[in-house]
Amino acid sequence: MSESGIVRRRSAGHTLLRILLFAVLGLFCFVYLMPLVVMISTSLKSLAEIRTGSFISLPKEVTFDAWGKAWSTACVGVRCNGIEPYMWNSVVMVVPAVLISTFLGAINGYALTKWRFRGANTIFSLMLFGAFIPFQVVLLPMARTLGYFGLAGSTYGLILVHTVYGLAFTTLFFRNFFVSVSDGIVQAAKIDGAGFFPIFFKLMLPMAVPTIVVTVIWQFTNIWNDFLFGIAFTVGDSNPATVALNNIVASSTGVKEYNVDMAAAIIAGLPTLLVYVVAGNYFVRGLSAGAVKG
Amino acid sequence: MAAVKLDKVWKKFGQNDVIKGIDLEIESGEFVVLVGPSGCGKSTLLNLIAGLETLTSGDIQIGKQRVNDVPPKDRNIAMVFQSYALYPTKSVHKNITFGMETRNIPRDEQERAVGEVTQLLHIEQLLERKPGQLSGGQRQRVAMGRALVRKPDVFLFDEPLSNLDAKLRIEMRTEIKKLHQRLGKTTVYVTHDQVEAMTLASRIAVMDNGHIRQYGPPSEIYEDPTDLFVASFMGSPSMNIVRGRLVENGGVTVRVTDEEGSIDFPLPAEAAGKVTGRIGQEVVLGLRPEIITHPGAHAAGSNVFMFKRTVDVIEPTGPDTMLVFTLGGSEAIGRVRPDEVVEAGKPYGFQVNMDKAKVFDPESGKSL
Repeated sequence: MSESGIVRRRSAGHTLLRILLFAVLGLFCFVYLMPLVVMISTSLKSLAEIRTGSFISLPKEVTFDAWGKAWSTACVGVRCNGIEPYMWNSVVMVVPAVLISTFLGAINGYALTKWRFRGANTIFSLMLFGAFIPFQVVLLPMARTLGYFGLAGSTYGLILVHTVYGLAFTTLFFRNFFVSVSDGIVQAAKIDGAGFFPIFFKLMLPMAVPTIVVTVIWQFTNIWNDFLFGIAFTVGDSNPATVALNNIVASSTGVKEYNVDMAAAIIAGLPTLLVYVVAGNYFVRGLSAGAVKG
Repeated sequence: MAAVKLDKVWKKFGQNDVIKGIDLEIESGEFVVLVGPSGCGKSTLLNLIAGLETLTSGDIQIGKQRVNDVPPKDRNIAMVFQSYALYPTKSVHKNITFGMETRNIPRDEQERAVGEVTQLLHIEQLLERKPGQLSGGQRQRVAMGRALVRKPDVFLFDEPLSNLDAKLRIEMRTEIKKLHQRLGKTTVYVTHDQVEAMTLASRIAVMDNGHIRQYGPPSEIYEDPTDLFVASFMGSPSMNIVRGRLVENGGVTVRVTDEEGSIDFPLPAEAAGKVTGRIGQEVVLGLRPEIITHPGAHAAGSNVFMFKRTVDVIEPTGPDTMLVFTLGGSEAIGRVRPDEVVEAGKPYGFQVNMDKAKVFDPESGKSL
């Protein structure tokens, strides 16, 4: 590293400071990684080993029994089918909610910046206000709304809730991106004969790929991890994974199966991790390629 | 090809009048340059012609059609933007064909048009690249290609060269002029660069604050400006503006007084005839730098006049040397040949060609 970059002073004191710096960084890494390590190692132990050994020791004998149980036979309330069906509930709910809210946010952002109309700023401010409304505030009105539409307790209801609640954020993201896109591009396209939707689909969306990825990561993480809307607006079979996880951990009677709890928690958290790893990589590539000034 | 006619065009943004009743007639095949300082409304006027802004009042005609309510895509115009406005996610080829695609023009016809245009602009080898991989000059060419391929009635250019470096700007300027000579399309070109305006235009409209101050061929704008604004905006270095008083001194003269004494600039008969009624009044004398020279530089028979002033600064430019001196309390510039022996701080005998001197009313700024 010393061959490139900024010239640094070399001295004993300076070296000491560097060592100190890396020691502090190492400490923080340790603190942040420890819970994950404990979770993974616990999930790979047998119940007997957990009871006898130390909490932070590594497993003597690696076993995936707990993962299997968490996936397919752990009891959620009275049903003992594991977390699997609830994972599918989450997928079926999250995918449409993310896609619809991202798409609508993109159109909103585009219309608010590139087809300025009277009151566009007021509308944007009102939508932005939505980003600051806490979940709890909308619970009751939303429950009434879902009841009115006959969507109470269903996955569709939850899709609607997350789409509406997410619009404030997705609109904000896309508006901030499109406001930086040169108006000249839209004007050129208008002269080229393209209208509102052709310009949106053929020119604006391809340019917005990095923003789309950021929005998808954000929406996916938030909606997948949501617990409050999930527990409030779904019942039993239609519960998302987060609610099921809570029920696995909280409702086990008799012996506390820490290894199963840990495995279930990791399973429930994997999809967001996966989306971040896959999409995040793409996001970095998207940023560096095809970025054109003006 | 089509003529463009603006009739009492007004544009307001909220409470702000940006364009204040402009009449402008552009003949078919003409190259008209709208020039003026930033904020004078020239780009807005272009956008009005393009249909990217809606008129507040007045009429715009392209060809025989009144286009007030015709959207940009149906005006048969093409526009080149200052920022190029290329579609960043599309290849050069797709950038050029986008307009034809939205108009559902058959593919083989598209290809033929692309072939023609790319050959004309020498961008054949760039077709598969994205705009981000092009240099400024290449982007400029592609932007022009996208405009040309439409075979429009009217070309609109919005400061197309202002993002290029000086050398490229001059190259592209020549290129644009060649292109216009070759295609003969009606062109409206916006710039704040008066050199671009002079070199390109068949007629120049000098704009200021939402009005057109003067509209005419470059030579007329330069030689016969209607007012002080046009006179000082066009030309580089700009015209020397000197305050003086009209007096009788063996003919009508403009007396300029300062610390170094007073000088009576004699007006030639024609100019004198126009101001005889104003003897004793203040006027503004306009002398372009190139008419204040070393002795003997003017054509025989010109009304030349000699005066002395102390040279403050000497600025060699290569082909000429600029001499900065003080005249009538304000800074003035004369232009002499580079091998002229001059010393800063010493008086120098300038010769001025009074045939080309202009006299303006100090109140209204109008040419007298």
